Amino acid sequence: MNSPVLEIKHGAVAYDRPVLRDVNLTVRSGEVVAVLGANGSGKSTMIRAGLGLVPLAEGQVELFGVPLRRFRDWRRIGYVPQRLGAGGGVPATVGEVVSSGRLARRGFPGLLRAGDRQAVAKALAAVDLTDRVHDPVAALSGGQQQRTLIARALAGEPDLLVLDEPTAGVDAKSQEAFAQALRDFVRHGGTVLLVAHELGPLQPVITRAVVVHDGVIAHDGAVPHPAGHHAEPGHDHVHPHAPQDPPSIWGRQ
Amino acid sequence: MNVNLIEIMSLPFMQRALLGALITGLIAPSLGIYLVQRRMSLIGDGIGHIALTGVGVGLLTGTSPVLTAIIVSALGAVAVELIRERGRTSGDIALAILFYGGIAGGVFLVGLAPGKGSANLTSYLFGSLLTTSAMDLITIAILGACVLAVTVGLRPWLFAICQDEEYAKVSGLPVRTLNLLLAVMTAVTVTVAMRSVGLLLVSALMVVPVAAAQLVSRGFGGTMTLAMLGGVISAGVGILTSAGYDTAPGATIVLAAIALFVLVAAVGAVLRRRRRADTGPAAVCDPPECVLDS
Repeated sequence: MNSPVLEIKHGAVAYDRPVLRDVNLTVRSGEVVAVLGANGSGKSTMIRAGLGLVPLAEGQVELFGVPLRRFRDWRRIGYVPQRLGAGGGVPATVGEVVSSGRLARRGFPGLLRAGDRQAVAKALAAVDLTDRVHDPVAALSGGQQQRTLIARALAGEPDLLVLDEPTAGVDAKSQEAFAQALRDFVRHGGTVLLVAHELGPLQPVITRAVVVHDGVIAHDGAVPHPAGHHAEPGHDHVHPHAPQDPPSIWGRQ
Repeated sequence: MNVNLIEIMSLPFMQRALLGALITGLIAPSLGIYLVQRRMSLIGDGIGHIALTGVGVGLLTGTSPVLTAIIVSALGAVAVELIRERGRTSGDIALAILFYGGIAGGVFLVGLAPGKGSANLTSYLFGSLLTTSAMDLITIAILGACVLAVTVGLRPWLFAICQDEEYAKVSGLPVRTLNLLLAVMTAVTVTVAMRSVGLLLVSALMVVPVAAAQLVSRGFGGTMTLAMLGGVISAGVGILTSAGYDTAPGATIVLAAIALFVLVAAVGAVLRRRRRADTGPAAVCDPPECVLDS
């Protein structure tokens, strides 16, 4: 069996109330794991805890077999957050944002080397944004911004790609471009851990699904098939922002 | 007035004033851009308030006010950074207490100092470029070089932590150290600018040139270059104007920066209108979510 790339053992996270309870997750090299679950189920918290962005109240995290505390090889990880950071009032071009994906690979920041430039160009091409490199990210659509973030992660040439809801609110063209970029990444031996609300065009790429429900892992294995309205083609997945989501992951019975 | 101006500018103390102002104009926006990016534009103002306590300590103990201002404002900036890092809502109140405590403490301590005099206090609050000595100028140049080395030299790192702190963490950057370094450099910049524009106007020179630059630039690097250029132009125009009309240099520099902002905004608006007229109706533009015009 392939070596573990990301491992959470008995992980627990609590803010004011417990968000995750005794979670065990192992992602092995070459896998494409989708973490599914309703809003507020704790799925985003789980992968953020796996990267050390959220402190664990209990349990441990290992990245590439090294405990998180001692892990230094961050160049092996590409992280794609849910959205572009607050990023303030100062404009930044797509090229500048994607170039910061090289930081984990460069020591002291100097000028970009030829290898850096090449990786940035390749990453932009992979998400089909080459012609927008000099545009300010604020002028892009939501889907294009998301692709910019994916390009930033790809530019670092990571072994593991961790994506937090990469397809949320993303137009169909961007979803397709993203699925293609992901297929290429996997074909070259990459491992993927992604959080998703719905899989859409990603479905065929996923090798395993983990369903988080109410802070615990409710399912770990084959990709569950959408039920009810979710199965209809062209289903528009909209959740009312009610305080309580329906209990079942795939909607009402 | 022109002959007069040339005459005035040939005086050594005016030349020192000009040089000091130009250095400040160059470095203040290079640091301010990171504060603006974090939407913390007013932090420079607060650090300026805290620096006044440092000035008070210096005058009271007979040590260099610049040195004590750097130390106290650096401590203040680190405290601000720790409050920001926690991200608590109560942080707002904590900052207010820190800032007003800083300015009140400064005024209080200056009052205790021997040979006090409110003129002394005014020179720190609103700048005292005309009394810049050769030694002062050397201090300003050295401190300015330190600030530039960080703000320009570490730009990719600082850009990353201000743009997306979590991503920077996952990139393995020493986020905390960089944040503290940025805080200390803010304090150094404030102290350098204290001489030229004064502690109450420091923030203007950090923020206004950046605000003007981002009206016309598309990227971070471009904004930074233009902002530094704008800072230098404001400082130069401000000093010359103040020499011509015998007004306070610090306030004149800040007004020059604001005038530059208004000018850039006006020219930018005209250019945009013309471009829109050329390209026809908005239908050619991007999808609706791209429209950012207010």
